[in-house]
Amino acid sequence: MKIIVAIKQVPERDAQLSIAPGGKWIDDADLTYTINEPDAYALEEALQLKEKSGGEVIVLSAGPERVASTLREALAKGADRAIHIAADSDALARQDTLALARLLADAIRAEAPDLILTGLQSDDLGLGQTGVILAELLGIPHATIIMQVEVTPTGLRVKRELEDGWFQHVEMPLPALLTIQSGGNKLRYATLMGIKKAKSKPTATIPAASPTSPPAIELVRVSLPEKQKRTQMLTGTAAEIAAQLVEKLQSEVHVL
Amino acid sequence: MSGVLVVVEHRNGNGSGNGNGAIARTSLEALAGGQSLAKQLGAGCSAAIFGQGIAALAGELSGKQLAKVYAVEHPLLQQYTADGYTHALQQLIETVQPAYVLFPHTYQVRDFAPAVATRFQQTLISDVVNFREGPMFVRQLFQGKLNADYRAVGSGPCFVSMQAGSISADALQTSVEPAPVEVFTPTLTHAQIRTTPSAPFREAAHTVDLTAAPVIVSVGRGIREQDNIALAQALADALGAELAASRPICDAGWLPMERQVGSSGQTVSPKLYLAIGISGAIQHLVGMKGSKTVIAINKDENAPIFEVADYGVAADLFEIVPALTKAILAKKT
Repeated sequence: MKIIVAIKQVPERDAQLSIAPGGKWIDDADLTYTINEPDAYALEEALQLKEKSGGEVIVLSAGPERVASTLREALAKGADRAIHIAADSDALARQDTLALARLLADAIRAEAPDLILTGLQSDDLGLGQTGVILAELLGIPHATIIMQVEVTPTGLRVKRELEDGWFQHVEMPLPALLTIQSGGNKLRYATLMGIKKAKSKPTATIPAASPTSPPAIELVRVSLPEKQKRTQMLTGTAAEIAAQLVEKLQSEVHVL
Repeated sequence: MSGVLVVVEHRNGNGSGNGNGAIARTSLEALAGGQSLAKQLGAGCSAAIFGQGIAALAGELSGKQLAKVYAVEHPLLQQYTADGYTHALQQLIETVQPAYVLFPHTYQVRDFAPAVATRFQQTLISDVVNFREGPMFVRQLFQGKLNADYRAVGSGPCFVSMQAGSISADALQTSVEPAPVEVFTPTLTHAQIRTTPSAPFREAAHTVDLTAAPVIVSVGRGIREQDNIALAQALADALGAELAASRPICDAGWLPMERQVGSSGQTVSPKLYLAIGISGAIQHLVGMKGSKTVIAINKDENAPIFEVADYGVAADLFEIVPALTKAILAKKT
């Protein structure tokens, strides 16, 4: 089975974020980047499917030069080759999810894969739509928030997460697209051998085409969230803070 | 194009959409949001409900202050499929021509609404927490660390999904004069439905009912290792509290899934929610922001959990938690 995993590179989860001058995005000068966590689970699922039933795993990402490091890491984990859609981050930021999905869809069409996997959402924008839009653009069936994937004689049988602890199995023919939920598998680390091998694996870099239509939505401004509650911050030594908390638990919260 | 169309979801308590279900609370919230947006635009608000044999539910909706209720009925909509719902809603939008289409931001909506928006060359503004004059839609970035204002600049319609709990369902306006119900029958064929869903199921009965616990001690990524869970357990024991966790802890298998609080776990509103090493991603906050008092301990003073906390401690949990357990035990003896 030929599998493409669409990956996004995002700032590290514990990054200290500050708003850039102009107020349209974060100041990205000193940020370190990593693979979007749900996409890491999508990659893991693809690698396990390949181990079970053979085939090829291709990782695909759009972004500036720094994206190459995330693709290389995926190759070190076991992906066979990478496609990097080279795009300036400012230019990408001006586009919306639909325009970005069109870039990915063009690259995917050229490969004609059996299966496309991606994470259920990104840790930065969190729009959670790229996968579904891709499936629509490619004219293939999809399912979202997937915990398990099983290859059947007629296609796939997947376990989809619903809300409140409910699940559902869904069957579909191939080619298909799935968005993968975090936590379904245990993530692997790249081995030393993997890192060495990655150096000889091919990465195709293709330029991003200009958008064919103007964006439908625009990010006008980013801001720090307003506090929903007036938070009283407690300070001091551990013992002093503990004493203050006990006081609150007793006289304010009434649980002691 | 004019007016607001709200897509309403109904459940049977198990995510299947047959007619015996009830209108989901998040949909009532989206309806309240739709009414408010329509008022701002000086336009009407309508609702659409999908399924088969949904006359009673459509009747229930007609008691709300709405311009019209569309009962989108078809045998192929008896059970939810992305293909069925996408085709049906596309046809309804082409007929009704709304300027705004509002959804509750549920797992089901996430599965099909982006495809509908794509068919109109639009992008859904998803997981919106608020909207202002303009209209300008506010949504969260970076797991709740930042807010972003979005607006529609496309040729329309504008698609928006509302985060659970962002608008109170109590704000929903009812009407003495029932809204007219129009049955809309989309053209659907079996061949258009490419996926075959089976009946929803649960892995195991919820043996831990966190919703009944008056005090909850909850752990997140900040706890770092499975062995450290014992620190939180000791604090929970001292407080007579239930131990809960955010998703990554349950994903790692450090605590069972049934102890998870958040959009994919349980929704709780205890007297006290003590969050240890939890950053406060949106998916977690929706499950606990109804708590009466929230105490948060997290080393990152900018963690979003502090936005919903009454008392905050921006310090090392490995120092604070043992000291707190000790102080509570000392107080009790």
